[in-house]
Amino acid sequence: MKQLKAIIMEIVSKILSGDRRAVARLMSLVEDNQPNYTSALAELYPHTGEAHIIGITGPPGSGKSTLVDKLTLEFRKRGKTVGIIAVDPTSPFTGGALLGDRVRMSDIALDKGVFIRSMGTRGHLGGLSTKTNDLIKILDAFGKDIILVETVGTGQSEVEIVKTAHTTLIVEVPGLGDDIQTIKAGIFEIGDIFVVNKSDREGADNTFRELETMLDMNKSEGWKIPIVKTVATSGKGIIPLVDIIESHLQYMHETGKFQELKKQKIKDEFMGIVTDNINSYIRNRSSEDDIDALVEKIINYELDPYTAAERIMNSLKNTSN
Amino acid sequence: MEKKIRVLVAKPGLDGHDRGAKIVARALRDSGMEVIYTGLHQTAEQIVEAAIQEDVDVIGLSLLSGAHMTLFPKVLNLLKENNAEDIKVMGGGIIPEEDAEKLREMGISKIFGPGTPTEKIVQYIQNSVE
Repeated sequence: MKQLKAIIMEIVSKILSGDRRAVARLMSLVEDNQPNYTSALAELYPHTGEAHIIGITGPPGSGKSTLVDKLTLEFRKRGKTVGIIAVDPTSPFTGGALLGDRVRMSDIALDKGVFIRSMGTRGHLGGLSTKTNDLIKILDAFGKDIILVETVGTGQSEVEIVKTAHTTLIVEVPGLGDDIQTIKAGIFEIGDIFVVNKSDREGADNTFRELETMLDMNKSEGWKIPIVKTVATSGKGIIPLVDIIESHLQYMHETGKFQELKKQKIKDEFMGIVTDNINSYIRNRSSEDDIDALVEKIINYELDPYTAAERIMNSLKNTSN
Repeated sequence: MEKKIRVLVAKPGLDGHDRGAKIVARALRDSGMEVIYTGLHQTAEQIVEAAIQEDVDVIGLSLLSGAHMTLFPKVLNLLKENNAEDIKVMGGGIIPEEDAEKLREMGISKIFGPGTPTEKIVQYIQNSVE
């Protein structure tokens, strides 16, 4: 036990002194849910909170990875270090994943001021993995100024990124549907900045106008959501996009929304950890046999699932007294 | 949760034939591994940096240009320089047997020639990571 503690402390001090291998190793421990990784995150926590977290979401093939590559180049020109978390889907059938976002990021692959990590969703829906927030914290403690989080290619309702990022970019491309899509609930409600990528293609002006009309319907107080046209492959529109991203962060700070969001995030995350702990506590306290016995009764209609759940809760209350 | 095997599949050098690499990547994915695919024309430096950041267990190099005797050892050396020689390196492609022998001596853990069934690659990786 003591030895494990020593290993964890060594990883933590290596991360804080800039060791890339230690960063990558802790990320794997976290993703694989290895015991005691939380104590490493606990040690790193005081070193977090400085990074600007930027979410990039949009349909598959809309150019998110290429945008991340070009945004990173621009942020680096402005003297910022960048961490990237690129999420791709895990197979629900085999548990395997093909993580291919790096293919578009070779411009920045050797820059020591950049750290790129690919992640599978590992069964989690919503566009991210359950461990994405932990990996963000590691990059934050590692000292990255900017953290770009690229979600899986999203459809209509993978909106989890908005709870993770300070600034959320929705990437759209021409030719994906009519303006009815833009007034549906879900992904169009979460953008701080809209990007029309591949804007050299036919239909880009239509897409721009449809988004404009949709955004005109918003109440006009606070941040006015901008739409930026880009051609990520050539870098067109990237400089104005980075300007806008920076001004969004400034807006968040000036209006107190940054603090508000931070509080909400911490609360959600904290309650999530509590719930996880309760879950594993229940799993540890109640043997699989006890649970199976209850399940058997529910199957035979001797008991209903609600009363059975109450019995489990009551047995916990009794043992904790 | 159990440890997930992570593999980097990379194409070093200048040849543009990535069909084999993609088939292997797909087979590894289907066996439940996480495959990080880096695409064509990767330098040894890019491959090693990606392997470190992604904390992979295995690097799979696919090469059909004939430059394996330069590029494979370069990857091994860079891993050593970065204290990452615990990451296993395997190769595939058109590699003559006498070269394969030399590469194994240098530290490439396995060379898979053309026509190798993908199950064999999957099994080899599973055995060597455990």
